[in-house]
Amino acid sequence: MAALNQPLADLAADLTGPAAARRPSGLRASQRRRLNAFRYVAFIVFGLFFLLPLFAMVRFSFEGAKPGTWSVAAWTQIVSYPGPPPLLSSIEITLELAAISSAVMLLLVVPTMIWIRLRVQWFSKVMEFICLLPLTIPAIVLVVGLAPIYNKIERYNVSALMLFWAYVILALPYAYRALAAGLAAVDAKTLSEAARGLGARWPTVMFRVIVPNMWQAILNSLLLTVALVLGEFTVAYLLSYVNLQTNLFEISRSSENAGVLFSASAATLLFAFALLLILSYVGRRLRRGRP
Amino acid sequence: MTAAASTKTGARPARAGRRPPVAWVGTVPFLAYTGVFLLLPTGIVIWNAFKGNTGGWTFANITGLNTGLVRSAFVGSLELCVISSVVGAILGAILAYAVASGDPDGLIRRLYIAASGVLAQFGGVTLAFAFLAAIGPTSGILFHASWFYDFPWGIAVIYCYFQIPLMTLVFLPAIDGLRIQWREAAENLGGSTWQYWRHVGAPLLAPAFLGATLLLFANALSAFATIEAWEDQISYVVPQSISTSLISEVGLANVHEGDALAAGMIVMVVIVMSGYFLLQRRAARWQR
Repeated sequence: MAALNQPLADLAADLTGPAAARRPSGLRASQRRRLNAFRYVAFIVFGLFFLLPLFAMVRFSFEGAKPGTWSVAAWTQIVSYPGPPPLLSSIEITLELAAISSAVMLLLVVPTMIWIRLRVQWFSKVMEFICLLPLTIPAIVLVVGLAPIYNKIERYNVSALMLFWAYVILALPYAYRALAAGLAAVDAKTLSEAARGLGARWPTVMFRVIVPNMWQAILNSLLLTVALVLGEFTVAYLLSYVNLQTNLFEISRSSENAGVLFSASAATLLFAFALLLILSYVGRRLRRGRP
Repeated sequence: MTAAASTKTGARPARAGRRPPVAWVGTVPFLAYTGVFLLLPTGIVIWNAFKGNTGGWTFANITGLNTGLVRSAFVGSLELCVISSVVGAILGAILAYAVASGDPDGLIRRLYIAASGVLAQFGGVTLAFAFLAAIGPTSGILFHASWFYDFPWGIAVIYCYFQIPLMTLVFLPAIDGLRIQWREAAENLGGSTWQYWRHVGAPLLAPAFLGATLLLFANALSAFATIEAWEDQISYVVPQSISTSLISEVGLANVHEGDALAAGMIVMVVIVMSGYFLLQRRAARWQR
């Protein structure tokens, strides 16, 4: 293709692989050149817009006592910040919430979804509607209606761990979409008929036949739930519970530029990114493992 | 259903005589959970919005919203949502086009899609801190933005951080749906790039673009954590008014003000999202 002779197209081929240059685009060489120029300007400008605030946050977290100096004090403060309540305890609560919420979410959604797929297909539209509803009803609205319900819960248990009841609902749309995509890729009907034909009971069909075929989707939904819980603020704040985000918020109210705000936020983000990296790595290995 | 049932009777004659349990029983745990923690709260909000302080039904909560503070919150929400969704939609569409016109399996495309998926969800307190560190009026590392705390533009810039990636994600399939053949056809007929976009591209993409803009509008409408962490002393938008009325419920003359505000938000979101789904269906025609 003629565009290959152009230096910019060479650069493009270097950056995006030879397929980019081979791809029929319906464009003349001069148009291709202009388009590539536009693309790289766009990538650089948007890339800066997305990356600079993150870099600034990380840089700020290493700021020493005097502007322009470096220090790790803010990072050691993550474990030692006194609060009240101490930052470390709210981190603990948040991690526990993440674990409980994702476990409850999986136990609630996966069996129901498989069951509906196999036995009550007409119900799948209802389930989809319910699961996607939290996208339409903002958390701030939901929490207004949850307040009286949480008043009742607090009579039995005042722990912030009770937030998981609401967090499962908030995570529902994301988890549902991940799981639905996974289940759609499995030929559940044939698998279950084969298993049933060999004498398997329904729990065996579910957990030993179908679930092993959708590990990737389960992992996806798990990590989406964890990421959501790590960043959740609205519900905890309005129901007056302390989790990581509300604690950081309170710290920011008392001292606006406390270094620990930025180090803890950056740590949360890095943790979430790490989870996503693990996800895509494991996902690729799972895909490769299968023919 | 029938296939499963026949397998059952065929393979397990011992159980054939027993009546199988009604299959929908398996959905009860899910329905119970979502009933209590999703449908019931929504019902409570709507129910309480029309309930008087001393019992009985009333429209007083709704009419009571007609105060200067609440009006300014609704106007503020409208301003912020319009600005952040229109700016986010235009910039996000440009980014989506830049991504879509490259190699479909290329590194840049995969990178931007993965990053968009993360950043579209990246809101909340952390986002406000990140911008405070970058362009905070006294502490910004890049520069000190004197307009940082201005409403609506200061917060709109921060909102664009999650609006642009969301737009890119939602709009990319629409751009991918533009066929190369259409462009070639336009060129063979002597059309310029401008004419192609004016008469082919833009009309085709318009429903998807408008639909996505509505989605962004709803997204900005329901965002709370970011703006609360940005400025919590003044209630600029409806979610902040809800928060204020919920937290300081005791002192209020009207205990159901929060419910009425929340019901108002439900109405707004339902209208916007219905528009989104209608336009999405219109746009899907070209995406097969």
